[in-house]
Amino acid sequence: MFTGFMVNTWIVATVVAIVAGVVGFFVVLRGSSFAAHAVPNAAFAGAAGANLIGASSVGGLLVFAIAGALGISFLSRRGSRDVATALAMVVMLALGALFLSFSNEYASETYSLLFGEVLGVSSSELLPTAVLAVVAVVAVVLFWRLLLLTSIDPELADARGVRTSRVELAFLVIMAVITSMSVPVVGALLIFSLMIGPPAAARSFAADPFVAVLLAVCLSLVTVWTAIAVSYLTTLPIGFFVGALGAAFYLAGRAHAGWSRKRVGASGAGASRVVAPLDDQGAVR
Amino acid sequence: MREDVADPTSGRAVESSPFLLELDGIGVWLSGREILRDVRFGIGPGEVVGLIGANGAGKTTIFRLVLGLLSPTSGRVLIEGQPRPRRNRSVGYVPQKISLDPEMPLRSRDLVALGLDGHRLGVPLPSRHRRELVDEMLQAVGATHFADARVGSLSGGEQQRVMIAHALISRPKLLLLDEPLANLDLRSEQEVVELVARVAKDQGLAVLISAHDLNPLLPVVDRVVYVANGHVASGTTGEVVTSEVLTKLYGHHVDVIRLHGRILVAASPGLSAERGELEDSIDGTTADGTTADGTTADGTTADRTTAV
Repeated sequence: MFTGFMVNTWIVATVVAIVAGVVGFFVVLRGSSFAAHAVPNAAFAGAAGANLIGASSVGGLLVFAIAGALGISFLSRRGSRDVATALAMVVMLALGALFLSFSNEYASETYSLLFGEVLGVSSSELLPTAVLAVVAVVAVVLFWRLLLLTSIDPELADARGVRTSRVELAFLVIMAVITSMSVPVVGALLIFSLMIGPPAAARSFAADPFVAVLLAVCLSLVTVWTAIAVSYLTTLPIGFFVGALGAAFYLAGRAHAGWSRKRVGASGAGASRVVAPLDDQGAVR
Repeated sequence: MREDVADPTSGRAVESSPFLLELDGIGVWLSGREILRDVRFGIGPGEVVGLIGANGAGKTTIFRLVLGLLSPTSGRVLIEGQPRPRRNRSVGYVPQKISLDPEMPLRSRDLVALGLDGHRLGVPLPSRHRRELVDEMLQAVGATHFADARVGSLSGGEQQRVMIAHALISRPKLLLLDEPLANLDLRSEQEVVELVARVAKDQGLAVLISAHDLNPLLPVVDRVVYVANGHVASGTTGEVVTSEVLTKLYGHHVDVIRLHGRILVAASPGLSAERGELEDSIDGTTADGTTADGTTADGTTADRTTAV
């Protein structure tokens, strides 16, 4: 399990999990789940196109993912974000279908692009993946406060001179970068589940944003590592385990949130908070 | 509050101009429609001014002008006697309602800290000074006991306090509050009003607070600015909220009734010929949410009598 091809898989999967945890936290926070689904689909078209003309697949992924991100950003300034995202996704999927129809290896190619390929990571992919990972994490760190502020209320950010639409665009590009590095391993459909499941669970367990991001990364690592190991042993697709574990963590998070809310209500702490007057400050004179 | 910060701030403002914020003959046209015409009023340091008007009367437009999100077609927005710069951190802003997921991992203290440096790049480094500033601000708004709670899980009144702390931590000279009392229960309403009055006094802060109902603000406002039909009337409550001034502002007859410390503003029911038009303008003329003929006082308004 830890020899030959598999070493590359472990390394890349670990890197992907870390970045998916960090970026996924903001995907969930900003309600950008749909975009996180659309951008990988764009990347899928890029990989199919790159294969067709014999170009580097990471290059194709990156170009199409960024094009998809720019398309979503451009269209959503002029209309509903939902519709813009859907439209960008549909166009990209259509292109992907076209490119694949020209290819000889239709079935296997599609399958690995969509669902990932555990044994498909070659040594030459390690460096590009690592570089893109560093870029994505540095970008999130750089935009940390702006991403938080614009998630709270766009008007609030605007009033402070922050261009919300630019922050949104930067975030979509970050999403495109992480997608491009992840599609070859976990597939276009499953990077999405990795960006949603663990971060959505993490936010139920931690109220501090820093802690929530760290927890999202941990859950994401556990998900990926477990999925690879079990997939290797059972020869069942890795994607199934990534999706199932993500959902399981999410449900655990919901249960935890529900349970702690009930506990707060029962002890009366919530009630006393609501009616607490301006006692400690004294009355207004 | 730290007096060493508050005092020189207000002192300097008084010297350079009588007003911290001044709107000088503002006109605004948006997509071929005149939104505001010849709007002029000023706010001095430590002064609390109520911006009263119905939805769509132009209150939000005035806020956007002051925040620099909109340029006037004519006239000037002056802050401390200077034309408003594009990015001005001397204005604190509390939007009407933030809708946060109750599970969003963001505590009150995180939101307040973002008020300090949320517009900057990079990750904030943990520092004692930063933490003390946040704690101090949370205490000043009476939010200490929910400092570590998720903002999304707080009640409307609690969220308002945290948002006020968020706006105040960068030590602005002017605070804008957009309908802070909307959707608050009576108790929270009163607490927020008291808090605003206190921070204005403590920090020598000028406050512009918008509302569709003047009554809850009566205990705190020094002056009022009424907005209707793109025009404003400003002055003390006694000067502005009179039948004469409001009739001129609204363009048809308005009765002002003072009752047990409350002010009822109502369109006259006598104009039956223009009844249809009058119905349309009810929202514009009724400052306190009662109906146009001024006779109906529902449970809410009855309760408010005690609040004022």
